[in-house]
Amino acid sequence: MSKFRKVAFPFVLIVASFVALCAASVAHAQSTPYPGVGRLATAKEIAAWDIDVRPDFKGLPAGSGSVEKGQDIWEAKCAQCHGVFGESNEVFSPLVGGTTKEDIQTGHVANLRRSDFPGRTTMMKVATVSTLWDYINRAMPWTAPKSLKPDEVYAVTAYLLSLADVVPDNFVLSDKNIAEVQQRMPNRNGMSTQHNLWPGKEFKGAPRPDTANVACMKDCIPEAKVASMLPDYARNAHGNLADQNRLVGQQHGANTASPENKSSLAAGSAAPASVTPVKPPSKPVDPALALLGKHNCTACHAQDRKVVGPSFNDIAKKYAGKADYLRAKIKSGGSGVWGPIPMPPQTAPDGDIQTIANWLAAGAAK
Amino acid sequence: MHTSDGIQSGRIQKAPENFLDREGIRTVTAESKNGRRHFIRQAFAAAAAGAAAPMALAQGNPVPTEGGDTNILNLPEHSTGLGQGVASNGGYGVPSQFESNVQRRQSPGLTQTTQASVSFAPLQSLFGIVTPSGLHFERHHQGWWDIDPSKHRFMINGMVKTPKVFTMDEIMRLPSVSRFHFIECGANTAVEWGNVAVPTVQYTHGMISCSEFTGVPLITLLEIAGADLQNGKFILAEGGDGSSMTRTIPMSLITSGEVLVAYGQNGEMLRPENGYPLRLVVPGVQGVSWIKYLRRIEVGDMPYAAKDEAVHYMDLMPDGQHRQYTNIQECKSVVTTPSGGQVLLDKGFYNITGLAWSGRGKIQKVDVSVDGGRNWRTARLETPVLSKALTRFNIDWVWDGKPAIIQSRATDDTGFVQPTYKHLRAARGTRSIYHNNAIQSWLVQENGEVKNVQVS
Repeated sequence: MSKFRKVAFPFVLIVASFVALCAASVAHAQSTPYPGVGRLATAKEIAAWDIDVRPDFKGLPAGSGSVEKGQDIWEAKCAQCHGVFGESNEVFSPLVGGTTKEDIQTGHVANLRRSDFPGRTTMMKVATVSTLWDYINRAMPWTAPKSLKPDEVYAVTAYLLSLADVVPDNFVLSDKNIAEVQQRMPNRNGMSTQHNLWPGKEFKGAPRPDTANVACMKDCIPEAKVASMLPDYARNAHGNLADQNRLVGQQHGANTASPENKSSLAAGSAAPASVTPVKPPSKPVDPALALLGKHNCTACHAQDRKVVGPSFNDIAKKYAGKADYLRAKIKSGGSGVWGPIPMPPQTAPDGDIQTIANWLAAGAAK
Repeated sequence: MHTSDGIQSGRIQKAPENFLDREGIRTVTAESKNGRRHFIRQAFAAAAAGAAAPMALAQGNPVPTEGGDTNILNLPEHSTGLGQGVASNGGYGVPSQFESNVQRRQSPGLTQTTQASVSFAPLQSLFGIVTPSGLHFERHHQGWWDIDPSKHRFMINGMVKTPKVFTMDEIMRLPSVSRFHFIECGANTAVEWGNVAVPTVQYTHGMISCSEFTGVPLITLLEIAGADLQNGKFILAEGGDGSSMTRTIPMSLITSGEVLVAYGQNGEMLRPENGYPLRLVVPGVQGVSWIKYLRRIEVGDMPYAAKDEAVHYMDLMPDGQHRQYTNIQECKSVVTTPSGGQVLLDKGFYNITGLAWSGRGKIQKVDVSVDGGRNWRTARLETPVLSKALTRFNIDWVWDGKPAIIQSRATDDTGFVQPTYKHLRAARGTRSIYHNNAIQSWLVQENGEVKNVQVS
């Protein structure tokens, strides 16, 4: 196709200058050698999908939202994952923290220079406020992306910025003042394209890679010393490695369920060469398990460990036999029983909620 | 049984002299004389507990003392009965029941949810360069979907003469190409930047896969829409899933013809976890740019600073600056067997094998060391050797039962040599998360168990 472009455009010009009458009739055929493939996108279709907002705010819809309104939306739709103050580390990395008034002045987040500073929050890293608006608009809330209206996106963005003291508590963010807010982003000067990892010349980055090893073949180093290896207690932290390797082959998986025999070759440390394969479970799958995925329960709850909310096993233990209580609790939501992060009221069909409640009350068997 | 350098073996019964070629024997003999064992033993002394006891012989395949192997003498059911019919398993074949250990797996504790998470490909169990589609690594930002292809639409807008909408039927009518390419997550090997963190190659390097992708060069579709290739220096690629992932890609890469709008993977359609029915293929560039469930391309004149290029997928340098728009996956390699968490069953011959790749082109050569990087031998590259695809390498090795540190070091056709951790940390510190392409070390202990290590 690129060949066609190089050849065809001059050809079109020549033809057009000599045969003006024909130019109109051949124009369509010349614009594509693939007639019948693709059609015009309508303005409504483009409006429905073209939602991106660039750093120069091209694509940003008009609108506004206050910090106060943003807080209401946040507590209802965002806090269960990100914490009331954007500080939560339970599901995703924290959004807020680690920035200072000085950073807002300089545009460089000083804590990024410290190797001892624990964690890097979104507000420490992001240089462009458009990025926040764009992603909240396209992808949040996590289980209902694209459900916020533009004014709500402005409000949520304003609240997030207020948590990092980029804007005051009484601020109203809008398309009119967002460019001024950009000038207060704590890490706005923190980006560099001086590297060799961009696959084009648009950024005029570094001319060469930043490492330059040589392929030495003999006596390259005086001595290899082991500087880092996993401690013995972590040997089985990823599960039994014997079960993660093929049953046959030049090496087998180490049986990490047993202590390592350090003194002799292969004395009981390798998996036996002949193992009866694990048969897939033949018992019927409880319909509640499918509903947990369908209604996004698993976004916050896991079978056997706390995520945002308590594990299904813990709920089943605490409320054994209490299906009616669980049904009501799923519908109403709440907080304080398992921790401060609220569970929003669930709007799944009653029958589905009953199925899940029954499953929990009966022991949450997987 | 005695091999040429005196290794006793209870496993290889046929004369190993015939197993090794002359050059192999010379190499083994030379290595045993050059003091290699001595310094590795010293190096390893701190890590290994317990004194070396007399070697216990693995009884994998001994000559029977009387009669013979019951697996031979007693004819099995599959030799004496009737097998299964055609088109079993519902018309789509599945791996042997004995292959159930070969799975993609999550790294425990890495993420709190399964919808914004990673599963790693089992590199230790794969052959050649193609990743079976069902074992291709997964990275989702907001869960995966199985999208009805008859309802999927692809739009091109922005700096174009005519904004266009295409159906899958129309995209599949266009001239197609099929190409092998690797896809590697920018965060592959990320947990190892500071020190050793995970036990096996599945978890250190398993965010890479290689497939034959089939699709239409994106430039073809842009030209149908009349894209402004002079001023439209960038494109934005956008997914149709919940996160509607977006990434900026330079037009210069697209006009090269390399970037594909792909629907095929290894002879069938893309798997849902890999973007069915349509994904972008951006050879040499980290996986996050290979937008899945691709719904839209916008042509523009400036980069977009999307979330995954302005909050994540940026490399933090020691001076506190982030390198932004770091996309290329530089030259890298790893030995897949023997590798961490495996056990060598016996002394004697082994085929060291692994994978090499470069986001800048073809692999030119791969060198392998068994003494922690002091001495190197050049491995055999298996065909095909393709640009921006995985390349398989193999090299003969006779293990003498002593501690050994196995490494591989790839060179690509730009002359770039894969760095050591020392090189990488000198250039970027230890906090940059992404683009760790350092030389990997596997320590083969005297007990045969292989450990993930880093050497100084």
